[in-house]
Amino acid sequence: MSAIPSPDEGLTPAELAARYGLAVSGARPSLVEYVRQLWSRRHFILAFSQAKLTAQYSQAKLGQLWQVATPLLNAAVYYFIFGIILHASRGMSHDVYIPFLVTGVFVFTFTQSSVMSGVRAISGNLGLVRALHFPRASLPVSFSLQQLQQLLFSMIVLFLVAIGFGSYPGMSWLLIVPVLVLQFLFNTGLALIVARMGAKTPDLAQLMPFVLRTWMYTSGVMFSISKMMADRPEWAVRLLQVNPAAIYMDLMRFALIDGYGASNLPPHVWAIAVFWAVAVFAGGFVYFWKAEERYGRG
Amino acid sequence: MAEQNAEHTARQDTAGTGERRPTVIADDLHIVYRVNGAKTGKGSATAALSRILKRGEERGVRKVHAVRGVSFVSYRGEAIGLIGSNGSGKSTLLRAIAGLLPAEKGKVYTDGQPSLLGVNAALMNDLTGERNVILGGLAMGMSREQIKERYQEIVDFSGINEKGDFITLPMRTYSSGMAARLRFSIAAAKDHDVLMIDEALATGDRKFQKRSEERIRELRKEAGTVFLVSHNNKSIRDTCNRVLWLERGELRMDGPTEEVLKEYEKFTGK
Repeated sequence: MSAIPSPDEGLTPAELAARYGLAVSGARPSLVEYVRQLWSRRHFILAFSQAKLTAQYSQAKLGQLWQVATPLLNAAVYYFIFGIILHASRGMSHDVYIPFLVTGVFVFTFTQSSVMSGVRAISGNLGLVRALHFPRASLPVSFSLQQLQQLLFSMIVLFLVAIGFGSYPGMSWLLIVPVLVLQFLFNTGLALIVARMGAKTPDLAQLMPFVLRTWMYTSGVMFSISKMMADRPEWAVRLLQVNPAAIYMDLMRFALIDGYGASNLPPHVWAIAVFWAVAVFAGGFVYFWKAEERYGRG
Repeated sequence: MAEQNAEHTARQDTAGTGERRPTVIADDLHIVYRVNGAKTGKGSATAALSRILKRGEERGVRKVHAVRGVSFVSYRGEAIGLIGSNGSGKSTLLRAIAGLLPAEKGKVYTDGQPSLLGVNAALMNDLTGERNVILGGLAMGMSREQIKERYQEIVDFSGINEKGDFITLPMRTYSSGMAARLRFSIAAAKDHDVLMIDEALATGDRKFQKRSEERIRELRKEAGTVFLVSHNNKSIRDTCNRVLWLERGELRMDGPTEEVLKEYEKFTGK
């Protein structure tokens, strides 16, 4: 009844859209275009991760001090249980074992919390996904970035622990940077994968803590794999050692702790570390992008 | 009616070059929501288990057919009101136009990126108003420079600082009216090709409502098309020149504001 005569009368909607250059709303962009869009949102990704980090402790009296206090307390609890009660050090001296344990806990927590926040990245932010337009990969990437910043706070504690137990800053500490970059790539890839899975099946958030705990106990967070498995066949030791979590932990310990030499590392350790980072990140990114237009359906 | 139609056309011609450029085309659009765990029947754990075991046609998932075959074309310079009773699919339709909800059937074509005036979700109550302005702006896709440029404008528009320096306090300390005003101000700061507003005008005091209606008219002039969902017939009359009436997910009427509102008021018994 409101039809106003127009020169476009008689065109089908699709033809009309084509004539004026209208695009289908909500269609998935090409991979290259997607990367470009994501890059143009880098400020949002960073600001969002920082905002989340700040909001975390904004109601606490001690405020941002908890950024450092939380990892410190974590390390203390693990030391109490594994160092004092269970004697998991297995012949490692005190000066090596404590930084060994703290490094392990922090580095593994970085991966663990990236995965946990990745699972909920989409399913826990449906409001945002349904209200605003942005490449959805911004969310899991932003959450891993938040965890990276959290780890940087933990690194302050870690440095203090290392120095306190006689490992002083040296050239090898520079290796921390590439290790962090590689682990961040790996974590982000993993977060992207679980984010897509968690968007389809929110139940994964319930399941994930168990998977992650199993992973933690097999990764040698509290014990040295090569010492614990000393009487087992070498292939079994190697199998546990190529586990990406174990690789990044061992590299970080190697960089940081004086008494933790190259003999504790599996062969080709850097190649494996790069492989995990690149393969999981690239694979995770493509996997996440493939479902881009379906996020937010609920 | 002829008069209104004439006015309707005239308004469109004054916007832009005089050629009627479509901005949004909806072609037989269907939207279906899938709701997990809302299956009628027993909600116990054993019932859930047996549903998983009996994997039939997506058991345990209920479908809600929210929009059923809506078609329309909107043009540059139009302000379109969406009316209908609660649950008639108005908000769902907006989200689908914005490309935020995938269509079950049919298609939506748009010129540029339609955006929903719904920056709320990106804001965090624990952060200061100041940081939320920046975060919200970035979430809408503004650059840091653009935000810096408009920052003062946003704060002034919201009127948050009229009663003291509230912008540096966390948003959780704001009254609901203040928070709503800040949200609207952030969302309205960006120039949009196609802007969609979901009952945002109901918030704030009378003075602020006037100011936001003013801003919407401005956005309409600058941009292409404005969509407005509201249960307030007055604010629809004040801002819109065309109205779509949705009922049970179907388009019941589409035409000039007065004409559709008259029918709608008859229908709702006002």
